[in-house]
Amino acid sequence: MSNRQTVDARNTFCPGPLMELIAALRASTVGDEVEVLSSDKGSIDDIPAWTRKVGHTLVSSDNRGDHFAFVIRKAK
Amino acid sequence: MRTKILILGGGLAGTIVANGLVRRLASEIRSGEAAITVLGNTPRHMYQPGLLYVPFGRAREQELFRDERTVLDRRISLIIDAATRIDVVNNRVHAQSGRSFDYDYLVIATGSRLAPELVPGLAENAHQFYDLPGAKKLRDALTDFKGGRIVVNVNAPHKCPVAPVEMALMLDEFLRERGLGGKFEITYTYPIGRLHALEPLANWMVPEFERRGIKSQNFFNTQAVDGDAKTITSEEGDTLPYDLLITIPPHRGAQVIEDSGLGKMGWVPTNPKTLLCDGTKNAFVVGDTTNIPISKAGSTAHFEADTVVDNLAMLVQEGRWSRDYDGKVFCFIETGMNTGTHMWFNYTTPPQPSPPTQMVHWFKLAYNRMYWLSACGLL
Ligand SMILES: Cc1cc2nc3c(=O)[nH]c(=O)nc-3n(C[C@H](O)[C@H](O)[C@H](O)COP(=O)(O)OP(=O)(O)OC[C@H]3O[C@@H](n4cnc5c(N)ncnc54)[C@H](O)[C@@H]3O)c2cc1C
Repeated sequence: MSNRQTVDARNTFCPGPLMELIAALRASTVGDEVEVLSSDKGSIDDIPAWTRKVGHTLVSSDNRGDHFAFVIRKAK
Repeated sequence: MRTKILILGGGLAGTIVANGLVRRLASEIRSGEAAITVLGNTPRHMYQPGLLYVPFGRAREQELFRDERTVLDRRISLIIDAATRIDVVNNRVHAQSGRSFDYDYLVIATGSRLAPELVPGLAENAHQFYDLPGAKKLRDALTDFKGGRIVVNVNAPHKCPVAPVEMALMLDEFLRERGLGGKFEITYTYPIGRLHALEPLANWMVPEFERRGIKSQNFFNTQAVDGDAKTITSEEGDTLPYDLLITIPPHRGAQVIEDSGLGKMGWVPTNPKTLLCDGTKNAFVVGDTTNIPISKAGSTAHFEADTVVDNLAMLVQEGRWSRDYDGKVFCFIETGMNTGTHMWFNYTTPPQPSPPTQMVHWFKLAYNRMYWLSACGLL
């Protein structure tokens, strides 16, 4: 069964949302989903770009006003 | 009734909490109303930031260690008996010898460990300087190094976000000073789309790397190392050849955290403000082992430890909460063998850069000496 975990990386500057996502995916198995919350505007570009580059699946991306929420499924 | 405070791990965070608490609870300890125990797995306390200087022959081994017993206030009991299971439901910790320890308050400070085994080929083929055997082996490799391609490879998650940058810059200077200028090429790989997680530092690094001729590869999350072909490959599909590979391996939390079912990969789910282990009211988590998405660094451990001391002392003495952790992190960054810079930030204030100076480099060296004062709770 696949799991979903949430990483709340809002208002954190180091290591930041993408690095947290990478670490969370490292700890996951194929099919698991990670939801990452980010208040960093740079995430709009770099999280989808990285997800595509590696070949994971961007399940959703949501602008919630004061932050963004991305759901990524580990594909490999 | 006596309040039993049990601290797991006699590293930086555990030691600061223990020494801070003993001062705040001096009268309760004198009257026998409170007792503090540190449960560690080694009698020696290592000053980890000193490892950065070992590969360059600039730190003596014995400078890095002190007996934990001499760092801890003598009113604290120190027991060396590795924790094997933490039972936060029954307020008990089981240890290797078969003994178990009950507590009223627990502080989990078991740090992080290197996990090169998570990447095929990494442990066998890459050098690292995050522990003493690794740092010494790298020192030997640098002594023998006559030139070639060096890859400084950074993996997530890892402690001390700035040590990899410091390694790349110091290595460049060290090899030039040895007369190898023009005979080596350094490539620095980083997991995300810029050179460092800290944006101001990443921006500063671009021209600095250019000036020195250090190459870089962003979006590089290591998939495997091939020791025969001498190549390192990323999940993103890039392959780099190397003659000398220096890695900052991915980290995980202590084995006991995983064995106790407390957190995936050994990271304990922790409230970012109260520093309480999720689902508990009496188990604090401090230092590298939290799952809080901030830098795993000595300064983080220090500021968290101060918060835990304030809250634990207040809970024991007055049964109430003192204050929340504000996410503060501070770092000194070596920008070469003779200059340094510094930066701080918290949950609400982003980091601001300051220009590197020789003064800050001397501060960092001085801080290296002051580490022990801060572990002793004097700073
Ligand atoms: C090369 C290098 C350079 C660094 N430079 C800096 C720097 O310049 N600035 C900075 O702020 N930080 C720096 N750091 C990071 C800093 O050293 C760590 O973040 C800090 O030590 C974390 O403190 P801690 O108490 O959480 O973990 P640690 O200090 O690692 O302590 C954890 C302790 O728990 C013990 N333990 C583990 N498992 C058990 C068990 N089962 N039972 C009992 N005890 C156990 C361990 O033996 C250890 O003593 C550097 C680290 C390295 C490796």
